[in-house]
Amino acid sequence: MDNQRVTSSMFDTDELVINMGPQHPSTHGVLRVVLRLDGERVVDADVVIGYLHRGIEKLCENRDWTQIILLTDRMDYVAAATNNLGYCETVEKLMQLEVPRRAKYIRTALAELQRLASHLVWLGTHAMDIGAVTVFLYCLRERELILDLFEEYCGARLTYNSMRIGGLPGDLPPGWDRKAREICDLVDEKVVEYEQLLTQNRIWLERTRGVGVISAADAVAMGFCGPPLRASGVYRDVRVDEPYAAYEELQFDIPIGAAGDTYDRYLVRLEEIRQSTRIVRQALDGLPDGPVMGKVPRLIKPPAGETYHAIESPKGELGFFIVSDGKSLSPWRFRVRPPSFTNLQLLPKLVRGHLVADVVALIGTIDIVLGEVDR
Amino acid sequence: MGEAIAFYSLAALILGLGLAVITARSTVYSVLFLVANFLCVAMLYVLLRAEFLAVIQVLVYAGGIVVLYLFVVMLVNLKRGPEDHADPRRRDRLGLAMAGLVFGQLLAVAIYAFWPSQATGGASATAARGIGNVEQVGHALYVEYLVPFEVASVLLLVAMIGAILLAKREL
Amino acid sequence: MIDYVVIPLVQIAILLVGVLTAVAYLVLLERKVQAWVQVRLGPMRVGPHGLLQPVADIVKLLVKEDITPARADKWIYTLAPIIVLVPALIVFAVIPFGQSVTLFGVSIPLYIADLNIGLLYIVAVASLGVYGTILGGWSSNSKYPLLASLRASAQLISYEVAVTMTLVSMILVAGSLSMVEIVEAQQAQGWWFVFLQPVAFFIYFVGGLAETNRAPFDLPEAEQELVGGFHTEYSGIRFALFFLAEYANMIVISAIATTIFWGGWLRPFPSVEFLAFLDWVPGWAWFIAKTMVFLYVFLWVRATLPRYRYDQLMRIGWKVLIPLAIANVIVTAAWKVLVAG
Repeated sequence: MDNQRVTSSMFDTDELVINMGPQHPSTHGVLRVVLRLDGERVVDADVVIGYLHRGIEKLCENRDWTQIILLTDRMDYVAAATNNLGYCETVEKLMQLEVPRRAKYIRTALAELQRLASHLVWLGTHAMDIGAVTVFLYCLRERELILDLFEEYCGARLTYNSMRIGGLPGDLPPGWDRKAREICDLVDEKVVEYEQLLTQNRIWLERTRGVGVISAADAVAMGFCGPPLRASGVYRDVRVDEPYAAYEELQFDIPIGAAGDTYDRYLVRLEEIRQSTRIVRQALDGLPDGPVMGKVPRLIKPPAGETYHAIESPKGELGFFIVSDGKSLSPWRFRVRPPSFTNLQLLPKLVRGHLVADVVALIGTIDIVLGEVDR
Repeated sequence: MGEAIAFYSLAALILGLGLAVITARSTVYSVLFLVANFLCVAMLYVLLRAEFLAVIQVLVYAGGIVVLYLFVVMLVNLKRGPEDHADPRRRDRLGLAMAGLVFGQLLAVAIYAFWPSQATGGASATAARGIGNVEQVGHALYVEYLVPFEVASVLLLVAMIGAILLAKREL
Repeated sequence: MIDYVVIPLVQIAILLVGVLTAVAYLVLLERKVQAWVQVRLGPMRVGPHGLLQPVADIVKLLVKEDITPARADKWIYTLAPIIVLVPALIVFAVIPFGQSVTLFGVSIPLYIADLNIGLLYIVAVASLGVYGTILGGWSSNSKYPLLASLRASAQLISYEVAVTMTLVSMILVAGSLSMVEIVEAQQAQGWWFVFLQPVAFFIYFVGGLAETNRAPFDLPEAEQELVGGFHTEYSGIRFALFFLAEYANMIVISAIATTIFWGGWLRPFPSVEFLAFLDWVPGWAWFIAKTMVFLYVFLWVRATLPRYRYDQLMRIGWKVLIPLAIANVIVTAAWKVLVAG
């Protein structure tokens, strides 16, 4: 139409550059996103991280192998037990240590309970960002019970230090497994409630369906991992592909999505909650007797060499690459492959073309923890 | 007596606000004085017992049309800060000449209206029939002046469609 | 003289005090209701069970430092909250809380003015409230609050159209613009109008949610909004006025819904003789009870539903509610001409 000359100069809009964060209620930590907007649409996003960098990897080079477990807690602080697990298993792999079966089962139960807690936090904050504030309180109510359980076991609610190289610090307190089972039953009931509030809610569907679509090819090419990868239709889960702890002996399903949008990522994580309760129950049912700590030398000094070991944390594939020089009491190089870091790479691609109001939903759907991203 | 006081004060307000509209230093102030002006005119209607017209004046003019004026003023001036709304073109000589021409025309019309003539007689009779009444207005609009009403609606529809066409970049 | 001046003045005084207290306690009620839905308790410290919390809030807002942004327009900065609050309050002049009450031998009507164009008055006055929103954002002298305020006011005027259309259908059903006569028509026809016009009520209520910027239509003022909402730069008493206006508007919408759709001061089933024993409850008690129910629904909806994105919000207003409302008017008019006569 020939009217461009009349209108475009009068209502011309330049590109707005808006800064979101690092202090912002919805960036889930100290994340800074610089958005370039054309009107209401996001043209590009630039993610600035590093606000929570504490130099953990370097610190580890000056701590001995057992002390490092304390530091790993503080990376993905929402899911500390899985960090512990990943690190301990990597060192055990380096030292070729045998972990007793009982320890493996308990570790599995702890990791899955941790997955529950992490996904509950994710669901609560994600729903709250989109406006359903009540779900946040409900999820946290259940998470409190899980934290109480952990407190009974290892004395802390957030930074657990719950595993040791070669096994566990101690056995389960009496009555713990009964409580864990009750909590699993409760969570299964409550998930039905969350679904009633959200899954078929028209507003929820409109805010999440078709928002932030990542195709399977893109997901694999750009390094997505964890539930977002599975939501895009890629069958990849470290617990199945490279089993660790007791996963080989347990039965569980891996939910796979189809559309790769925010709604699918929501459904996948919700189903993972159900599968986690299933795994915990199996692990506790089949708990073998025996010691919880393997034959570990008093002084932990892995032989010279390097190894990489990955586990499936609630956020995705959490990998540890450790180099030992065989002589000192600390690792020569300690490198973490945090799932949140690689998943965050896709944020610019996710938000491009969407509206400003979607950015918050998309940051939430990747499920990042800045402690992990920045270390 | 009370009515006279009310009328004269309202009239003074209306004229004063009208003057303020054209002399205000910022466009947003002009729009706000215009709103106040319309509200005073609505009060005048109430004084004339034309309550329906008063409310419609507030609803349509003050509450609808001027809101859109305000939108346009604010959006168009978005690039400049709110403090430089003063328009230097107001003191233009050509503008002054044209304003003088319009004023002369209005004066001529007013003088013609007050000159004793036959045209003014019939208008007052229909005016006395209680204008504020909703039913009377409705009757007038939908029975006596139905065709002009429909034509006006179609005109508005065309204007709306035209505005949407101009504003949308792709259809 | 007494009828013209004294009684209305007393009524106005009572109404203002009542409405402002109601608004203050509505804020507390919102926090409490949200808290109970979210498995927690809400304010509990100030006064027994937190009942004196509104007092604390008002005192806090009043003693806060009076800040005006550096290059903001001082007049408009102060005027904006007033422009939002005044229409919300003067609408109450035509809302009938009951028929009349006899005190000391004098019959006092429970409404300040029964305008024969009452409903139109409400719509006209409500449409003036938009200015406060626009000017609030503009006077902050910053691009982002201005854009946010323009969006909020665009939302307001869009939903105003749908709401006005539903009120038009109600005028058709009731046959009058006067609020008191609408309630009396419900008594005469024996039905609360919501049973005759459920679609109109639904559109009205959803439009009311959008007009008061309440969830699920509260994106313009959500904390997650990247660009600050239109009352970013406001603090202290001015912010309090914006806040009060929002809650006063909620009460207005509920009161109008009660009057027009749910029988005002009438008891349930006003024409059924069998239930006449319910008449010992005075009309104004029914009115307040019904208004409270709607206010509760407002709060309930906020605690439960996620919020719509702005473009989805506008789409619903223009593409769903307005056509539905217009269709409702056409159907009602056709029914009135063909059936009711």
